[in-house]
Amino acid sequence: MPMIQRYIVEQRGWITFHQLADITSISQMTPGPIAINAATFVGVKVAGPLGGVVATIGSITPSFILLILLAYFFFRNSNLYYIQDILKGLRPAIVSLILIAAISLGGSAIFLETDFTIPWLQNLNYPAIVSAIVAFFLLIKYKVDSVIVIFSGALIGIIYHAITII
Amino acid sequence: MSISFTKLFLTTFKISAVTFGGGYTIVPILRDAFVNKYPLMDDEEMINLIAIAQSSPGAMAVNTSILIGYKAHKIKGALTTAVATVLPPLIIITAISFAYQLFATNPWIQAALIGMRGSITAVMAYAVFNMGRNVLQQKKRFGLIVMIGSFILGYFHFLPTALVILLSGFSGYAYFGLRRQIKGWW
Repeated sequence: MPMIQRYIVEQRGWITFHQLADITSISQMTPGPIAINAATFVGVKVAGPLGGVVATIGSITPSFILLILLAYFFFRNSNLYYIQDILKGLRPAIVSLILIAAISLGGSAIFLETDFTIPWLQNLNYPAIVSAIVAFFLLIKYKVDSVIVIFSGALIGIIYHAITII
Repeated sequence: MSISFTKLFLTTFKISAVTFGGGYTIVPILRDAFVNKYPLMDDEEMINLIAIAQSSPGAMAVNTSILIGYKAHKIKGALTTAVATVLPPLIIITAISFAYQLFATNPWIQAALIGMRGSITAVMAYAVFNMGRNVLQQKKRFGLIVMIGSFILGYFHFLPTALVILLSGFSGYAYFGLRRQIKGWW
């Protein structure tokens, strides 16, 4: 984010600070990582849809090249003992990091303050709690595909909102 | 087991289209698709790929899908998944960039997103449970120590994420390397 601010907003003036703030919050609401979304957005603002395509391709090219190289070496040499050793150390750490991300997401989900909740329901975000419980149920008991589970969450959110405005 | 280019593209496209929120959010969904549904790899290899993706610059989601594509069909596969991953955001951002204020304040969209946060959290937690179980199948004690250690370091922000990863990789190298040396003396 600071880099985007420095190079895109300050140096090149392709978007304004305000627009950068906008795209940051919109990125939370659209699929895709912030880096790609920001690039696409800047591209579209500067040069229309084609600009969006170009900027997007540009944003993933360095990672792409680097990863191909890493993948090549990894798949070739994955049976080297020291690579296996390193991975044995990395794997549990990765699991923990994902857990940390899940906890932080859960925290922000449950304690969100929204502008359209009924006043006495202020502090807890009930739709998120309900959808989490339903999701666990679907996942554990019925082994439902995660994509469908996520959709069910969206549905629960919409239904809840529909109920609150009636 | 192998997967056709079309399936690879469509699956990745679908996954990218529903992954709201960045970072590790995409992990359980990718796991569902490529470890459970089309067994392109097992849990262990998936976590290996995540580790590599994490260690490389760029968005997690893009990196991981590039690696998965590479695993499936080398460079062409990587290109397929890379395109499939960036296409949904490309389309959506292009479409709404003209009217994003409306989009951002629409209460229905807000409502759906709030609901999704709950379900995504559950999906992630479930994946953590399964992956954790898989990781601890071998080397229980070591795995547990690294898991708990990195959790504490990461959760309370004692160390930045990159350092936690560096440390844990090194600890694996050191621990198992030493073990091997010691065993060699017997």
